[in-house]
Amino acid sequence: MQPSLWHLFLSFLKIGAFTFGGGYAMIPVFEREFVHRYKYLKEEEFHDVLVMVQSLPGVIAINFSVFIGLRLRGKKGAFVSALGVALPSFVIILTIATFFFRFVDHPIVEAVFKGVRISVVALIFTAGYKMFKAHRHLKGLFLATFTFALVYTADIHPFFVILMMGLFGYMIEYTKEVNHHDVS
Amino acid sequence: MTYLNLFWTFLMIGAVSFGGGYAMLPLFERMVVETHGWLSPSLFIDMIALAQVTPGPIAINSATFIGYQSAGVLGSVIATISVVLIPVILVGFVSARSESFKENKHVQAALTGLRPALVGLIFSSVVSVARSAYVDLFSPLLFVGLMALLWKAKLHPILVIVVAGVLGFIIYY
Repeated sequence: MQPSLWHLFLSFLKIGAFTFGGGYAMIPVFEREFVHRYKYLKEEEFHDVLVMVQSLPGVIAINFSVFIGLRLRGKKGAFVSALGVALPSFVIILTIATFFFRFVDHPIVEAVFKGVRISVVALIFTAGYKMFKAHRHLKGLFLATFTFALVYTADIHPFFVILMMGLFGYMIEYTKEVNHHDVS
Repeated sequence: MTYLNLFWTFLMIGAVSFGGGYAMLPLFERMVVETHGWLSPSLFIDMIALAQVTPGPIAINSATFIGYQSAGVLGSVIATISVVLIPVILVGFVSARSESFKENKHVQAALTGLRPALVGLIFSSVVSVARSAYVDLFSPLLFVGLMALLWKAKLHPILVIVVAGVLGFIIYY
């Protein structure tokens, strides 16, 4: 079944406007809307897209919308889908930003954000811990500590650290794979 | 000049953005706070909180916010488009060849290797954000309390931010 461009735009607009918590929170909503409700994609196709989205850099929600838009309605579909999912954030943040910078020095705002900042530390810590729990082995711990040291202590630009660790990890994983095949 | 810097900065961030928003915070911080000074360290944390309590992808929220702060509405358009540009091109490329990409051993090997590194990046961001967020002895107390709400009471992250704001108001105003 093929949705109209307008319908595609509106579906993504709705998801962009009402899903809090970033890209990962959007994945189940995408599935509910596009697989179960409108049946544009089969369950299996959806999971293929999910694997590919997670293998590419970028904003998860945008990558997802472009994949689905492309598949359903080609380039135009990709464009309206990405526009739909990004537009609400863009408008909301722009509105907040214009007000925020006017009040940022107000004592009440300052006091509130002194508290809020601590919650940000707690949220990032929690995200890091959850991710760590999924790879709780010695090699993972070593690579995580090594990366931390590079960014924080050695003060190497994070851009290069990411590229380097990708390459480094690739070498470790790929040689393991090759050895594994030799044995079996 | 700011437009060009915004374009380049967000193009770089988008190109290596793996593992959801938080792992990219050290990269944001380095380029946005340290290199270009578009945000102060504390405003940077406020932005993370705002991105969290508003709907939508966190990277889009941040790009819009930083773009606006550094160069107005046009700046936020440029930052938002730049951060998705390379990923979207890659999606187009991969989508046409999805069968060969899906089980590509090279890509999967690189990602498996990268994952622990993302954990390291997140924790380096925890330390630097904690240093800017620290005010006085109430800060660690607040941290412990908020962690309990998050982990034990399983309160929604947005509510945890709201509670922290209320407590901040009570303690510091």
